[in-house]
Amino acid sequence: MEGTAFMKTAVALIPLLPLLGFIVTLVLGKRFFGTKAHLLPVALVTVSAALSVYAFSWAFTHQHETFEWNAFTWVAAGRFTVEWGFQVDTLTGIMLLVVGIIGMLVHYYSIGYMHGDEGYYRFFAYLNLFMFAMFVLILANNYLLLFLGWEGVGLCSYLLISFWFRKKSASQAGKKAFLVNRVGDFGFTLGMFLIFTATGTLQFSGVFAHADEGLIAAGTMTWICVLLFTGAVGKSAQFPLHVWLPDAMEGPTPVSALIHAATMVNAGVYMVARSYPLFINSDGAMMLVMVVGTFTAIYAAYIAITQNDIKKVIAYSTISSLGFMFMALGAGAWVAGIFYLFAHGFFKGLLFLCSGSVIHAMGGEQDMRKMGGLRKKIPLTFWTMLVGALAMVGMVPFAGFWAKDEIVGGTFVRGYYVVWAVALVTVLLTAIYMGRLIFMTFWGENRSDAEVQAHIHESPPVMTVPLVLLAIPAALLGLVVGLPPESGWIHSFLEPVFFDVESEPFEWAGEGGLLMLVSLAVVIVGILIAHRLWVRDVEIPGRLAARFPATYAASYNKMYMDAIYEVVPIRSTINFAGWLWSFFDVKVIDGAVNGVAWLGGWAGDRLRPIQTGRVQNYTLYVFGGMVVLVVVLAWVWVS
Amino acid sequence: MNPLDWWLLLAILLFCIGAFGVLSRRNIIVVVMSLELMLNAVNIALVATANFRGGSPGAGTLFSLFIIVLAAAEVTVGLAIVLANYRNRRTVQTDTFDDLKG
Repeated sequence: MEGTAFMKTAVALIPLLPLLGFIVTLVLGKRFFGTKAHLLPVALVTVSAALSVYAFSWAFTHQHETFEWNAFTWVAAGRFTVEWGFQVDTLTGIMLLVVGIIGMLVHYYSIGYMHGDEGYYRFFAYLNLFMFAMFVLILANNYLLLFLGWEGVGLCSYLLISFWFRKKSASQAGKKAFLVNRVGDFGFTLGMFLIFTATGTLQFSGVFAHADEGLIAAGTMTWICVLLFTGAVGKSAQFPLHVWLPDAMEGPTPVSALIHAATMVNAGVYMVARSYPLFINSDGAMMLVMVVGTFTAIYAAYIAITQNDIKKVIAYSTISSLGFMFMALGAGAWVAGIFYLFAHGFFKGLLFLCSGSVIHAMGGEQDMRKMGGLRKKIPLTFWTMLVGALAMVGMVPFAGFWAKDEIVGGTFVRGYYVVWAVALVTVLLTAIYMGRLIFMTFWGENRSDAEVQAHIHESPPVMTVPLVLLAIPAALLGLVVGLPPESGWIHSFLEPVFFDVESEPFEWAGEGGLLMLVSLAVVIVGILIAHRLWVRDVEIPGRLAARFPATYAASYNKMYMDAIYEVVPIRSTINFAGWLWSFFDVKVIDGAVNGVAWLGGWAGDRLRPIQTGRVQNYTLYVFGGMVVLVVVLAWVWVS
Repeated sequence: MNPLDWWLLLAILLFCIGAFGVLSRRNIIVVVMSLELMLNAVNIALVATANFRGGSPGAGTLFSLFIIVLAAAEVTVGLAIVLANYRNRRTVQTDTFDDLKG
């Protein structure tokens, strides 16, 4: 095959360069690089991104081939072997494009955002480590290597959430993310065990060949899918393991954009999509994926409406969007799910970076109640954020519209009418809370202190240029890859991966067009409601909250999910630990140890009187012993 | 009673006197003397048995020679300890040697 040698080099270098950047920056950064610590990591990630684009172009020109390359054997233990193997197909190509380009832009943005931070070198080292792990995750050709990347990005997520580790809430949030993810990863690990016992391999090609030939029993298949999905629920922040993602906003904003919006949280979606040949063989697992996704989508959207922290709103919208992706995968609209992932990576990354720019302008303020009227003061941020928000709510013709419409319409076409209805309500809620975010931040009068107001300024070009570069795909991606709906370029591109998906031709004048109009109408209604509530008549939200206190409190308090976790698993664990301490440790363990010591003391006390210190007494014992011995011997001898 | 029994009776008598002395006296020199008495009682028993029970008379006498040599060595060491102890305490009474009593 032509160009394979260069492809090997590219695939090897894509993860290796960021790893190199991580090691060098971490070891030498503090001592030697100082404020120049970004140069090497940024340069290496740029090269990696360029190579990712090359790998994508390879997939583009070789759509029906899969580039597979086993670099070396990683684990060899009897029947169990795992290669350090990479593969590139069209799905990997799209992921590479998202991760490479957004990763690169976030690196550039961070130069401005993290300027002057005492952990400057550390930040870029971690970002590079993250890029390495993420690339390994999407390039892997077996579950174990994917899991390595999976845990690697989890580690980086932890390190970067608690980046400002002197802040108690940040280090707590990092721990929370790590622990909650452990729950999902446990399921993923069990899923891998089950795959290996069922098929004897972890290599994608081998496992999927088994599945295609129907060699895996139906029950086992369902369990495999459910366990793998558990991992995805943790990593992609689905209900009930979503609680870590809002707290993860304690990390620096570029991290939220890169890890907690555009790339890492998509890993669960990617993994489920990658396991497509397994999932299509289990209707039960598909149903579970769809139900969890649908519920998460509306649940997170409901919470997002009342949050006041600008990043928290976007965090809940990310959870909601990921729910949309799972809804699509579970309903069988696989391509629509990946299309949404593709578009979401750009516009959600953009939204986070814009919110970072807003926070930067406001001197670190994240509370939207203190913002307002920023439209004129930071125009570039405003316009790019508006593009991101319109893409997010699904306004025609931005990227989100085409992707979301394929999902919403797809559920209807496949006969899941309840899911479709829930999705429409979610679309409405999305339009309302995104409208609220934009209107509260950019419209009206500024509500901050005079001192803060005096310092409001547009971010430097190193931050705004990535915004513009991300706004372009956020606006145009849908038009380029998603037209015409249901049979756009992305469908034919991903067809080799999702080989069994049938899609009916889209009718502009028929059912498809009608569904599209309905969802568009819902979006516009949502935006109008938001405009009414937060621009024209700002008294209404407060009155509504007073009128329906329970509804409002449920949303504002995140459906009490943290409280439930506090009561059920955490409290009971602490109580159990307390019991272990007060009963088992104190009574049993300490009791045994102290008991032995006490027994020694007691026995010593009893035996002490025979040690009189008089030689004659000792001699008497010797004689006594002799007499006893003689008597016994004589008695034995006689009888 | 044959003649051997008389000799053995004498040996038992001497042994018991010695044992009584060891157990009852507090003067350590008397204790050592009593010890010698016990050793010699054994000697008498050995020599008498060797003499009256036939076999090789050499074995019994040889044993008593060993015991005599051993006793001499023991008394040397024992009296040296008594002397050293006397220098420290100015006494040879055994009931004062109770430093190890808890």
